[in-house]
Amino acid sequence: MTLRIRYFAMLREQAGVSEENIRTSAATPAALWEELRQRHGFGAPLSALSVAVNEEFVSPERALRDGDTVVFIPPVAGG
Amino acid sequence: MFSLSDKPITPETPRNPAAGAFVTFEGRVRNENEGRPVQSLVYEAYADMAIREGNRVLEEARQKFGVLDIRCVHRVGHLQVGDLAVWIGVTAAHRDAAFQACRYVIDGVKRRVPIWKKEFYGPSDGRWIGS
Repeated sequence: MTLRIRYFAMLREQAGVSEENIRTSAATPAALWEELRQRHGFGAPLSALSVAVNEEFVSPERALRDGDTVVFIPPVAGG
Repeated sequence: MFSLSDKPITPETPRNPAAGAFVTFEGRVRNENEGRPVQSLVYEAYADMAIREGNRVLEEARQKFGVLDIRCVHRVGHLQVGDLAVWIGVTAAHRDAAFQACRYVIDGVKRRVPIWKKEFYGPSDGRWIGS
């Protein structure tokens, strides 16, 4: 399947892109994160991040579907 | 209504005759954090989701405290010390609900809304907060 991945803040800087489409067999965000860590050298463990799929917070174990937009959300710091 | 702005925020004045109370919160850029002098900072947002999640926080506060109206504007982009970073305005019939809803909103925004802050301590010395 193909997923759209968007990056923000420190992950955007580390990846060097703000988004990308990738073909993957990762069934869950947790599996996808391991793939992206290898691809971009991200240091953060998944436990330090939240996951959003199609603009909703989800469990890292939720099943991914073709065409999903996935964002790994570093600790937020608004306000 | 929750919104993001890439331009300076202009606080609003409510015009609702049922509003006996109007409580505002202004979050501003402070000149230091954890002992380090801050020169400026950048806010970055996952805009679509921030607006959706921000509006959820406002709706929760409206229902929980029975207030009349809540507005929240959060800045994105490059801000200087003293700049207004977030503005919240809550109208209610009475003050208790307005104060409580305002507090609920700023706490929820800080905890849940996907907005990030990078502080700059010098021309090329920046750090994402929370990283």
